[in-house]
Order: sequence, then structure tokens, then C-alpha cells
Amino acid sequence: MSKENRKSRETLQRVLQDIRPYRWMVALILLFALITVAATLYAPILIGAGVDLMIGPHNVDFAKLRILILKFLVMILLTGITQWLMSLLTNRITFQVVQDIRVRAFDHMEILPLSYIDSHQPGDVLSRITTDVEQFSDGLLMGFTQLFTGVLTIIGTLCFMLTMDVAVTLLVVCLTPLSFLVAGFIAKRTYSMFRVQSETRSEMTSLVEEMVGNERIVQAFCYEKEAKRRFGEINQRLESCGVRALFFSSITNPSTRFINGVVYAGVGVLGALKAISGTITVGDLSAFLSYANQYTKPFNEISGVVTELQNAIACAQRIYSLIDEKTIPGDAPDAIVLDQAKGAVDFEHVSFSYKPEVPLIEDLNLNVSCGQRIAIVGPTGCGKTTIINLLMRFYDICGGKLKVDGYSIDQITRASLRAQYGMVLQETWLKTGTIHENIAYGRPDATREEVIEAAKKAHAHSFIMRLPKGYDTVIAENGGNISEGQKQLLCIARVMLLSPPILILDEATSSIDTRTEIKIQKAFENLMKGKTSFIVAHRLSTIQNADQILVMKDGHVIEMGTHEELLKKKGFYSKLYESQYSC
Amino acid sequence: MFRLFRYLRGYVKESVVGPLFKMLEACFELFVPIVMANMIDVGIKNSDTGYIWRQCALLISLGVLGFACSITAQYYAAKASMGLGTALREELFSHMNRLSYTELDQIGTPTLVTRITSDVNQVQTSVNLLLRLFLRSPFLVVGAVVMAYMISHKLTVIFLIAVPLIGLSIFAIVRVTIPIYRRAQESLDRVMRQTRENYTGARVVRAFSRQKEEMAAFSETSLELRKIQMNAGRISALMNPITYVLVNLAIIAILMQSGREVDRGFLSQGEVIALVNYMNQILIALVALANLIITVTRGWASAGRINEIFDTCPSMTDDGNKEQFTEKSAPAVSFEKVSFTYARDKAPSLCQISFCADQGETIGVIGGTGSGKTTLINLIPRFYDASEGKVLVMGHETKEYPFWQLRKMIGIVPQKAVLFAGTIRENMCWRKPDATDEEIWEALSIAQAREFVESKPDGLKEHVAAGGRNFSGGQRQRLTIARALVGSPKILILDDSASALDYATDAALRKAIRENTKGCTVFLVSQRASAVRHADQILVLEDGTLAGTGTHEELLENCRVYREICQSQFSGEEVETSE
Repeated sequence: MSKENRKSRETLQRVLQDIRPYRWMVALILLFALITVAATLYAPILIGAGVDLMIGPHNVDFAKLRILILKFLVMILLTGITQWLMSLLTNRITFQVVQDIRVRAFDHMEILPLSYIDSHQPGDVLSRITTDVEQFSDGLLMGFTQLFTGVLTIIGTLCFMLTMDVAVTLLVVCLTPLSFLVAGFIAKRTYSMFRVQSETRSEMTSLVEEMVGNERIVQAFCYEKEAKRRFGEINQRLESCGVRALFFSSITNPSTRFINGVVYAGVGVLGALKAISGTITVGDLSAFLSYANQYTKPFNEISGVVTELQNAIACAQRIYSLIDEKTIPGDAPDAIVLDQAKGAVDFEHVSFSYKPEVPLIEDLNLNVSCGQRIAIVGPTGCGKTTIINLLMRFYDICGGKLKVDGYSIDQITRASLRAQYGMVLQETWLKTGTIHENIAYGRPDATREEVIEAAKKAHAHSFIMRLPKGYDTVIAENGGNISEGQKQLLCIARVMLLSPPILILDEATSSIDTRTEIKIQKAFENLMKGKTSFIVAHRLSTIQNADQILVMKDGHVIEMGTHEELLKKKGFYSKLYESQYSC
Repeated sequence: MFRLFRYLRGYVKESVVGPLFKMLEACFELFVPIVMANMIDVGIKNSDTGYIWRQCALLISLGVLGFACSITAQYYAAKASMGLGTALREELFSHMNRLSYTELDQIGTPTLVTRITSDVNQVQTSVNLLLRLFLRSPFLVVGAVVMAYMISHKLTVIFLIAVPLIGLSIFAIVRVTIPIYRRAQESLDRVMRQTRENYTGARVVRAFSRQKEEMAAFSETSLELRKIQMNAGRISALMNPITYVLVNLAIIAILMQSGREVDRGFLSQGEVIALVNYMNQILIALVALANLIITVTRGWASAGRINEIFDTCPSMTDDGNKEQFTEKSAPAVSFEKVSFTYARDKAPSLCQISFCADQGETIGVIGGTGSGKTTLINLIPRFYDASEGKVLVMGHETKEYPFWQLRKMIGIVPQKAVLFAGTIRENMCWRKPDATDEEIWEALSIAQAREFVESKPDGLKEHVAAGGRNFSGGQRQRLTIARALVGSPKILILDDSASALDYATDAALRKAIRENTKGCTVFLVSQRASAVRHADQILVLEDGTLAGTGTHEELLENCRVYREICQSQFSGEEVETSE
């Protein structure tokens, strides 16, 4: 508990640090809050004083009333203005802080190591950068001003009341907590009902996601009746627990209203009796009555604010933990910028593993000279992407040396190293944006002619021209509006445009139709001429033409050699070969 | 939204009585300032303590009565709105089950999920609030004005001017901000999209060293969002000050006017206080009304989205179809000049396809992506109706069968291997709810899944997470194959369903299916020639047309497209020397 408290305090300190640039604005907000509260509380007294000036027929002090009304008018306008300025400033700071932190978190994401990204769900990071940031600033700043005005209002009300009458003040102070007790009591009781409701609701959501999300399968198996039965059962439960939760929680308002009514009546009686004895005036009574009406409001707000603040701290913690996440080390200060590599790649005693306790690649030696072709083969899930991760330096090797053109890759800037590679992965990724923007992703200044040229080489031009707006067609998130094969073609065009000296190709045979594939194959042949290439291969012809074949299984490189050498070995490769190509 | 009110059918009493009780409560609330005025004008003036206590008792009993009414109303509102939500969900779910593939393609299943969950909840919430407030708030406003009129005719003028002014300014602000908030939501969606994109595409972004540009782009989107939010904030920040100033200006007017009226003896002190109280009550009621409007607007939009689904009628039904007697000797499946065009397309996806598959045959379907393979097999269980021509299963047109009879004959393994939360056993019972353990184990062995299921500690009772996430892609695929095999279907359709299997397992699977499903017609859809080469008949599709039918050898001989496919997949000499 105390540990948690300390952590909260640390977070709070960091938050204050982040708000520091805005401390003058915060000070202004507090000042405006003070004025607003004082003026608002003064209003009932003025109204009461006004009432006291109209005692009866021919007994109204018009001169004083006029002055009083003038005073009132000024007060109102002042309150209006300070109230307005206060919310403007709060908004300004809130949204500014949100933006600051959000951009910081996003920028941080771009320099996180891929090991973090590979091991965390996108939804998790997404919710931190969007909802957490929002809740944090909302809760913290809005909450903070609410807390401040709330406390001020309570203190102010007490002071004003005490100046008028102690007994009535005591009555108000003693009775009003009743309404909290009731509200708290109900909240505690309904908490479990809401929990049941939200559990049932999420049960229903997951059923609906499964059944409706896979409606096609449901219909294919004639599962509709069963699905409906299961849905109906949860739906019934949701109804009964929903009614309970909704009803009991909606009792809160009438109950507090009732308690307020009782307090109101009490103040009325006591005030009236006092008025008879002449201790207070009728105007004072009216001021008391309106205080009694308003007195519970700040308490309710404060109790809401406390949970909101706690929530905001929790959100802040999540964001900071993302921002504090270790980033990839920067390029070495003396790192060289590789201009145009020739394409020699050397693995010298390379070892690598994702987890220290599970060694994967050990003592891998491989010399690839310029223009050679390396095929990586193995069953699905054998870890072929590991090699790509190392080549591109998405992950750093654990031991040995990995060299490009004789330079160890940790002596080259990441950007210039990666610029030497052209990568086409099987999992296509496109940006939301036009076709042109996507093809020109690696070289945003490419002209339309160059883009068209690249698209033609990748055999993407003809389908692009068939799209409603050609190269200016906007692709929806993750290429929702074009087919998987077309996405692949665009990814190839993206690399075509750059024509880098080393290629990494994930042979994506499955999603492009055969005829286009043959053409792409030819285009790749052209592209690969004189270039070093690493191919995750499925196709026999690719494998047979490779200068070296890496056979991988369960993350390890188990065999290495040319097609003939490996067949002679009669090892895993020859078995794989046989099962695949002669059944 | 009104259309959805018919789901309140079973709750007529609740939805009438609820608001009425709410109104009653408002009535009692309106009496409070009057009682207080009497306490001052009669009690204090005449120093009548007894009278004061009596008025106090009256106040408390008004409170008790109001409380009772209000509780009743809340209960009825909760019951009616939840009842509506439940009925609506039930009906919507049934409706979704009736939609055919054509409509599912158009709407998209993720949309359906949000409509039946969050949209229905939104409607439910707004109906609840509506039942509670739609009579109460306006009634409070009108009632307060009427009370003011009873106190002083002259001063009512102030009310008649102030109420519309306050109301108008509240509603104007709400109206202006609603579209801005919608824009803010859109902008927030963009922020989310960029974040997600950069996260999932981290490899590509880095491969192209575009981190800086992505950061700049994000910062721009984020700035845009801030501007919109600031804009919305600026306007809604006006709400409190404006209403405060307006109400208090009205109170000033009341004080000024009252001074004259009191002087002339038409008004008493207590009554002045009552008038001020009524003005404050009006403000509270109007603010509540504005909130009601915001919620109802949201509910309205949700109701519109729900009605969109209800308005989508299933494009094909099996209404009136009677169970058919299937003929023993009829071909399992035959297509007679079948063409098919998707609703969203202009060009047909299948064109004049004819073939005939006898019972017990294995049919290979091969072709590139987009050549129409999946479309073709989707016509067999009547997921779509052919646009032209006839599709016959066991001698009858598919249109003549009731869905259940047709689909019970067919075991289908879709491309995407999806399992459902529950146990392995529950997943295996989808085709045949009363399948025995033996039947299930047999299906699992054919699907090459027996071994890994046996290795699970709980065997058939092993838990399956939603979507089958706790199984590997290959295991999922084998389980979906087994699911289709349980209950020995007459026709088995495998739609490229071995893509995640390694070659050895794939080969063993095909062998097991060949040997263990005698009499069952098997459709094997694949992009790999090696997968279909042993089929009795291979259908070669290209751009929706049948480029050739026959056995592997026949097609190699006389089908150019098939030869090309083989050449691209086997090395050249292999095609020559195969078999």
C-alpha cells in the first residue's frame, strides 16, 4: 500500500513537472476560481438583502435597492467573465498537455526496439496513447479545478453562513452529510450489481463477436438455432441484472433530493423561528435556504473528483511506463553512412536468441558475395523471419559479427544500412494514403513518372489504372479496399522504385494469381541481376537456382549448402523436398 | 427511433405510468416555494409558531410523496428500457442470422457486432432517460411559470422573456457543439489509426527509415485534434457563464419589479423569495433538458444504424421449401451453365460453368487468386444463388431444399480457420450436436489432429479460447477439418484449408481423406498443383471461366493454363517426367 502510495506520489511529481511550463496559467485559473466562488456565494446574500429592503406596502427603500441592484449587476457580470476565462484556460492547458504527452509517447514508440513491439499487443499501446492520455489530462486538470472550486465553495459557504447565524449553520452542517451517507450507501450496494452487469455484458459481447463475427460459419453449419438459444439465455440474464443495476443506481438522485428537501424544511423552520425572535431577517433566511440547496453539490463533486484523480494517476502511470520503456541505443557516434553498398554480406560466428535461456542461432558462418542468391527454407514457423530481423538490424545479434561490404553493421548508421535493403514481406503493410504515396514511401520526392515506371515493372500499373482514381486512389486502413494480391504488388513496386543493392524477399506465392506471379518472378529476376538476395523460398525453381540454401527448423539453422549437396546429405532437407514435390 | 418504440409493446403500463409519476413528483416539487412563502408571509409575520411547524410537516410530506413517486417512476423506466433493449437485441440477433452472404458482404460483420452491442446500449440508455425526463423537465418549466403567474401576473412577463432566452441559448450552444464533437471524434479516429498503423508497420517504417516523417505527420494530426477540441471547448465554456448571467439578470428584474409591487401592496416578501426560487428551478430543469437532448440525439443516431440493419432484407430465403428426397444415383453436385455476379461487382465472377461430380469422386479446383474458386464452392451450400444457370445437389436444385437439409449434407472447411470458445468437443459438435466420442476421434484422426489432441491434458475437454487463439495455425486448420468431418457429410469441401500445414502433414491428410471417406464427394480447392493432381477430376479456373476439366495427365496434355500453373510450381523437367 505504502509502496503504491509512493509510486503515486512520484507520478504526481512528474505530472507537476510536465505542467510546469503552464504554471502561470494555473495560477490564473486559481485566481479566477477564487473570484467566481466568492461572487457566486455573495449572490444569495445580495438577494436576501434586497428582500429585506421590501418590508411591505409603502415601506420599500428604493434608493438602497437601486444601489444594491447595481452592485448585483456588477457581481454577475464579473462572475460570468471569470467563469468563462477559467474554463477557457483550463481547456487550453488540458488540450496542450494532452498533445505534448501524446506526441512524446508516439515519438517514443518510433524508437522502441522491435522486441518490445513484437511482444506487446497493439491495442495496449494504442489505448495508452489515445484514451489514457485523454483521461489523464481530463481527470487531472478538470478534476483539479473542480476540487479547488469545491473546497473553496464549502469553506466560503460556511463563512458566509456563520456571519449570519451559528445555529442554522450548525443545522446545515450536521444534516447535509446525510445525503452523502445515502449516496455512498447506494453506491456501495450497486457496485456489485454493476459488476455483474458488466460481466454479463462482456460475456454477451464475446458471444456476439464470435457468432456474428463468424456469421458465415454459423450459417454453413446451421448453427443459428443454437446460437440464438445461447444468446437468448445471456440476454435474459442481462435484462434482469440490468434492471436491478439501473434501478438501484437511479435511486441515488431522488434520495439525495429527498434529503435535501428535509434539510430545506429544517432550515426553513429554524430560520422562521429565529426570524420571529428577530435574530435573523427574512432576507437572511432566503440566503440560508439557497445555501442549504447548494451545500451538498460541492461535496458530491469532490467525491467524484477523488475517484477521477485516482484514475488519472493510474493512466499517467501507464503512459509514463511507456515513455520510460528502454529505447534502442542510438547509432554509434563514429558510425559511417554507407552510401551504395556492393552487396557482400558476411555472418561470422553469429549467435542470436530472443530469450537468453533459449539459444537459437549459434555460430552461424556464411559468406555471401555480391550478386549471390540465398534461399531460406523450412516448414512454417521455423523462424525464417529471424534471419530478416538480423539482416535489417531489427534485432541486434548477441555474438559474432555481421558485416555488409566488410563493415560490421553496428558501425553503420541504421538508416543507411536499411537503405541498402529492399524488403518485401508476406505480411503486407500499406499506409492509409494514395497509391502514389505508398509506392513512393521510400522516396517521397519521386515524380509521378518514376512511380508509374516502378508500378509497371511490378505489374501493378494495369490494376492501378482500373481503380476509380488511378494513382490518386486512397487506400483504406491496411488496404481494406484492394485485394491481398494487389497489396503485394504495391509492396513490390515500393521496392522497385528504390532498386537497392540487397533484396529480402518473402516469397509470397499464395496470394498472387499464377500468371501475374510468373511475370513478377521475371521482374524480380531483372531486379535481382547483380544484386545480393535473400529469399524465403517456397518454390522449387528458386531453391534450385540458389547459391546457398539455409534450412531452418524450430528457429535453428540445421543444414546449409547447395541443392545438390543437401540432397546428397539425405537429411531434413531431402525429406522436406520429397514430401513437397513428389507425393 | 420511433420505429423502435414498438419494442416497448410489452411495457405499455411501465412506459405510461413511469413518466406520469415523474410528473407527479415535479408537481410536489413545485409546491415547495409556495409553502415556504406562506411560512414567511403568514408564520413569521404573525409570529405563529404552530403554523410554521405545520408548514414544515407539509414540506416533509411533500418530500416523502415526491420520493415515493420518483422511486416508482425510476423502477418502471428501468424495467421498460431494459425490456426494450432485450427485445431489440433478441430480434436483431435473429435478423442477423437470417441475412445471407450477400448482405453480410455488404454490411461487414464487424459493423454488425457494434450495432448489436454499443448501439443497442445507447438506445436503451436514451429511452431510459427519455422516460424519466421528457415529461418532468418541460413540466417543471411550464409549472414554474404557471406558479409565478399565480403569485403575480405582472412579474410573469419577466419569466416569459427569460425562459425562452435561457432555453434558446442552451440549445444553441448544444447544437453548435454537437457537430464539432463529431469532428473531434473523427480526428481522434485518425490519431488512433496512425498509432495503430505505425505500430503494426514498425518494420516497414524502419526499413524505409521514415520515422521522422511519421512523427511529423502524427504531430500534425495531433495538433489538428487539439484545435478542434479547443474550438468545441471554447463554445461549451460559454454555457455556464451565459446561463448564470441570464438567470441572475432575470432575478434582478424580479427584484426591481417586486420593489414596486411590494410598495403598492400587491406582493409580499415571501412571494418575492418564491419567485426567485422558481427562476432557479427553471434553470436546473432546462439544463437537464439539454442533457436529455444530447443523449437522445446519440440514441437517435444509434437507432438509425440499427434500423439500417432491420431494413436490410435477406436476399434469399428458404421459405416454403419442403424436405426433398435425395436420389441415390444422382450426381452429388452438378452445375449447368452457372454464372454468378457479386452484388457489388459489375463483371461476373463465374461465367457459364458446367460440370458434374459423381458421388464418391474427388474434385480438385485450382486457379489463381480471384479466379473464382471460392465463389464456385460457395454456390454448393447455397451461400449465394447463381445469377444464371442451375446448381444441383443430389439431383435437386439447391433452391428447392430448406437450408438445414442442404447444409447438413455438406461439411465445409473455410479458408480462415476459426474455432469457437468452449471445449474441443463443443467445437466438434457443430455439425452434429449429438456426436459420440468415437465419431469425434475418428474425424480427428482423419484430420491428422488426433495426436496433438491426445497430448492435451484434458483431451476432448481441452479448453478452446475465442478464435482458437491457444492453438497454432496448423492445429486450428486441422481442427476445422475435423469439425467438418464429424457426422460423415455426403459432400466435403476443403477451401484451401491446408495452407498452414507443412507438406508432409498435408500429404498425409489428403491420403487419409481419400481412404476414409468412401462415398463422400470431396472438393479440394488449392493453389498448389501437387494438392490436386490425384483428384478424379480437376477444374481449372481462370478469371471466372472454366479453362479445363480432366485428370492431371489430360490437363497437362491439353490445358495451357494448367500447364503454366504446374510449370511455375514444379521445375520444368518435373512437369515432363511427372508420374
